[in-house]
Amino acid sequence: MSAVAPDTHLPATGGARVPPPAPRSKPPGTLVVVAALLRKELLVELRTLESVPGMSLFAVSTFVVFHFALNRSSVDGDLAAGVLWVTLLFAAMLGVNRLFVADAEQGGFDGFLLAPVDRSAMLAAKVLALLAYLIVLELVAVPAFGLLLLGPSLGHALPGLLAVLALADVGIAVIGTLIAALAVRTRARDLLGPLLALPLLVPVVIGAARASSPLLALGGHGGVGGVPIKWLATLGLYDLVFGLIVYAVFEFLLED
Amino acid sequence: MNSRGLRVLSISTVAAFCVSLCLVFFYAPIEAEEGFLQKIFYLHVPLAIVSLCGFVIGALLAIAHLRTGDQRWDLRSYVAIHMSLIFGVGVLLTGSIWARGSWGHWWVWSEPTLVSFLIVFLLYATYQPLRFAIEDPERQARYASVFAITAGAFVPLNFLAVRLSSSYLHPRVLGSSSNLPAPMALTFVVSLAAMALLFATLCSYEMTAKRTRILLKSRSRILGYR
Repeated sequence: MSAVAPDTHLPATGGARVPPPAPRSKPPGTLVVVAALLRKELLVELRTLESVPGMSLFAVSTFVVFHFALNRSSVDGDLAAGVLWVTLLFAAMLGVNRLFVADAEQGGFDGFLLAPVDRSAMLAAKVLALLAYLIVLELVAVPAFGLLLLGPSLGHALPGLLAVLALADVGIAVIGTLIAALAVRTRARDLLGPLLALPLLVPVVIGAARASSPLLALGGHGGVGGVPIKWLATLGLYDLVFGLIVYAVFEFLLED
Repeated sequence: MNSRGLRVLSISTVAAFCVSLCLVFFYAPIEAEEGFLQKIFYLHVPLAIVSLCGFVIGALLAIAHLRTGDQRWDLRSYVAIHMSLIFGVGVLLTGSIWARGSWGHWWVWSEPTLVSFLIVFLLYATYQPLRFAIEDPERQARYASVFAITAGAFVPLNFLAVRLSSSYLHPRVLGSSSNLPAPMALTFVVSLAAMALLFATLCSYEMTAKRTRILLKSRSRILGYR
């Protein structure tokens, strides 16, 4: 609508040219809000370094623990996929637990709710932030896994593995954000987060581990051709369905 | 529900269970391969179906709560999920006994339905810890509803994923009710109806007890008792 309604608050200026009032009543578009929130998230993380370094360090330590617990100097196939996904999942839980803590404790929720913007912008920004954390985590953890534990060379598996990682990350980020928002207002949030998230993420683990085990097998055929399409499709479907569900219910977690 | 409705429901549940037990033990034929052990099928499968339906009903009631904001829907959703969890313990126990009897192990990972049920059960086992870790009653109801909806949608998806992960390795051995002989199918349907009635009865009792407690609390507050 380009027609401007006559503004009764302006004083009469006797026919002089009045500059048009600044369009301050128009709320910013959702994309702008998401970008602003995401920038805030990443900036806070960059300044405090609360989540990502911890997650990465946890992943590398877990590989060392796996080495001794399994008493193996190298793993491949099913075992490699299992070790990789268990480690990534548990490291992701650390990030999930911290995701909304600053908002709940330092008034971030109140500030956001006071702003006249779309509520789902927060969901999108948090999902993207968690996704960014996961990508940084994997930039550290996957090469470390290739170096420390994996028997076959990582280079062969990498193209296919990237597709699996991307799809699984979306699922973990979407479900992780919902669970983080659910758990952050409870008394035992550090306990409840993983308890709620692990069963919900079992299908992601099934899909990701089954898809990556042929890639990480000794003499396995790497590349995108080696990825079982069935599992990628399952992961994609799961991401899509949960994305829609979380989009539908997330608003109710912010309503106060 | 008033006391008369509860009485009718209870009596019909007892009657349905008598009929179904008579059918199970005296009418349904002994299965050729598994023998007498197969009778647990008439307990295990109805329990599982009723329990899963209860979870999904809990999700639907939670949707009604979020749409209307009426706390009574949340109470219904809570009762449905609570009762389904109790039935779920029965499912896992009877499934375990059945697995021990027919495969020799208390737990088998190759039976996708049982494995999926365990995952669903583990997820719903966090419903009450989540709920009672939130103090504000209004927020408690809202968060519990969000959980119930998410988990209710998770039930079919999880079954799909677990089934995909094992169906190509292990053909389904049993548990399929589509090609049962007629006497077994009849017995199964009656058992399922009896189990559904039991679920409805127990839910009504719990609802009535909760409503009475709420009423009692508000009355004693009016009268000034602590």
